[in-house]
Amino acid sequence: MAQLFKKRANVIARLIIFGGPALFLAICAIIYGFGRSDFWTRVDNPLNQPVPFSHKHHVDGLGIDCRYCHTSVEQSSFAGLPSTETCMTCHSQIWKDAPVLEPVRASFQTGRPIQWTRVYDLPDYVYFDHSIHVNKGVSCATCHGRVDEMPITWKTQPLYMRWCLDCHRHPEENLRPPQEVFDMQYQRPENQSTLGRQLVLENHVHQQGLTDCYTCHR
Amino acid sequence: MKLLVTALVLSVISTGCRKGMVNQQYLKPLAEEEFFKDGSASRPIPPHTVARSHLNEDAHFFEGKIDGRLVTTFPAPVTREMIAHGREGFDIYCAVCHGRTGAGDGMIVQRGFPPPPSLHEERLRQAPVGHFFDVITNGYGIMYPYASRVTAADRWAIIAYIRALQLSQHSTLDDVEPAEREHLQTAEK
Ligand code: HEC
Ligand code: HEC
Ligand code: HEC
Ligand code: HEC
Ligand code: HEC
Ligand code: HEC
Repeated sequence: MAQLFKKRANVIARLIIFGGPALFLAICAIIYGFGRSDFWTRVDNPLNQPVPFSHKHHVDGLGIDCRYCHTSVEQSSFAGLPSTETCMTCHSQIWKDAPVLEPVRASFQTGRPIQWTRVYDLPDYVYFDHSIHVNKGVSCATCHGRVDEMPITWKTQPLYMRWCLDCHRHPEENLRPPQEVFDMQYQRPENQSTLGRQLVLENHVHQQGLTDCYTCHR
Repeated sequence: MKLLVTALVLSVISTGCRKGMVNQQYLKPLAEEEFFKDGSASRPIPPHTVARSHLNEDAHFFEGKIDGRLVTTFPAPVTREMIAHGREGFDIYCAVCHGRTGAGDGMIVQRGFPPPPSLHEERLRQAPVGHFFDVITNGYGIMYPYASRVTAADRWAIIAYIRALQLSQHSTLDDVEPAEREHLQTAEK
């Protein structure tokens, strides 16, 4: 009887024994990597919006303060998106016949809000509050990047839990004097660590409990 | 083998959970909701509703009017903090059109918005504070109302700052503290 397994079978067996797990690991690594990639988390990807609203134009070009549109950011958990009326304070007179602004005018007439595509969206089991961060000296730019340079808004942070925790462990590394919170051009000073520790004391930043699970998962 | 199967089942179940927890079944602020006619989950306040502690009885403070006549006084004493706070509000909400000094030359006006009158006009310098309150609350001509974004207290602070701006544009050297005068005179040269 001829041999059932040729010599080649050894190689195949080895390939299966070692290659199988290797392939499995590789697939895992690819899925893991893909899950963290900018493509999947949509970091740095401008999204389609009903109106091509440009922060670069309105913030950098025209010098409008964040709070003109995101009014509640200092008082509430929610920064809030501007109502159609807010756009119309200017666009009732400026570019009032421009076709790009047709959805704004339609919304103003019908009372149906414009449906912006959300850029940042935490899972619902996470509690987040803007007002405390802004009032204690964490800038919009620290979390949202240089919004004033974005012709269409994109995400600069995938919002992993690790990222929140990194700052909650060492908030002094990211604090600014409160009056600089809305300044997009602010440069991190060289003595950040000393300044930061001073700001922690001045603004009564409570570091205790900042990394406890129930702070964010309530 | 048993362990492997349990792990597999558990992981499948837990990924199932994740979805439900990530997008929970309640209405979020400003989300889309077809149930309501305007398609928005955030409901407008029904007319004539009074929220707790928002009776707003004080017509002087909340309307800038007493018996239908514009008030000429502030509802509370003006403090330095109030003016500083008003400056912040003015720079956010008004300066884009009225300019940082109130001259009516803000950035949006430079881009073609019809120019507002200068806040330093004699008419506006003489206008009662209630008039400013009314303009911010209800709008004026082509200027939209700002009541939904600027609270009554913030409106009074902004008006206090406008008064300070008006004074600053019509002050002379005699209004400056003697100690500071010399400083200013040398700075001019
Ligand atoms: C003229 C009004 C206006 C001003 C001023 C403005 N924004 Fe916005 N912002 C918008 C609108 C409209 C959107 C929704 C469309 C979009 O995502 O681009 C938005 C969206 C955003 C988002 C993404 C929200 C999300 O998750 O969907 C961030 C972050 C943001 N703005 C930050 C800022 C910051 C920081 C400033 C100040 C530097 C600022 N904005 C100034 C109107 C404005
Ligand atoms: C404070 C005034 C102001 C507000 C508020 C404002 N805009 Fe504008 N917007 C302008 C001006 C001025 C221009 C024209 C800029 C120019 O001429 O350089 C403009 C231009 C635009 C353009 C076209 C130009 C471009 O390519 O960016 C779009 C689209 C637009 N705005 C959308 C919006 C939306 C949506 C809102 C409400 C969230 C809004 N704007 C709120 C002042 C404003
Ligand atoms: C500590 C980080 C942090 C800071 C500082 C911060 N944001 Fe946010 N922002 C977030 C997160 C996280 C979300 C997503 C919230 C959610 O999904 O519930 C968000 C969401 C938003 C949104 C979408 C609407 C909303 O409220 O969910 C806007 C607009 C916004 N931020 C604007 C701002 C502005 C303007 C500032 C500065 C005044 C600012 N943010 C400062 C982290 C931050
Ligand atoms: C760049 C720094 C920074 C980042 C990033 C950050 N935080 Fe914070 N967070 C702070 C500081 C500072 C405080 C204020 C602590 C205090 O004084 O109570 C705070 C407070 C909070 C509080 C309130 C705690 C309380 O006692 O009520 C919550 C909730 C919170 N953060 C959630 C988050 C979540 C969720 C994220 C990530 C999406 C996040 N934070 C990212 C700096 C940060
Ligand atoms: C500073 C805020 C913060 C604190 C403190 C915090 N978390 Fe989280 N957690 C988050 C955020 C933000 C996410 C969402 C991450 C994401 O979407 O990838 C999250 C997600 C999770 C998840 C789901 C992970 C997933 O991928 O499905 C678990 C489980 C979790 N946290 C457990 C904990 C435990 C246990 C603690 C206490 C040791 C804790 N968290 C403390 C902010 C926080
Ligand atoms: C989008 C541009 C714009 C913004 C922002 C704006 N205004 Fe005006 N304002 C105008 C214009 C235009 C007029 C002239 C209206 C007319 O005569 O039809 C005006 C008129 C006025 C007047 C004069 C009324 C009179 O008796 O002639 C006052 C006072 C005033 N605004 C105060 C404010 C204050 C306070 C704010 C900030 C809360 C503000 N405005 C924000 C455009 C603006």
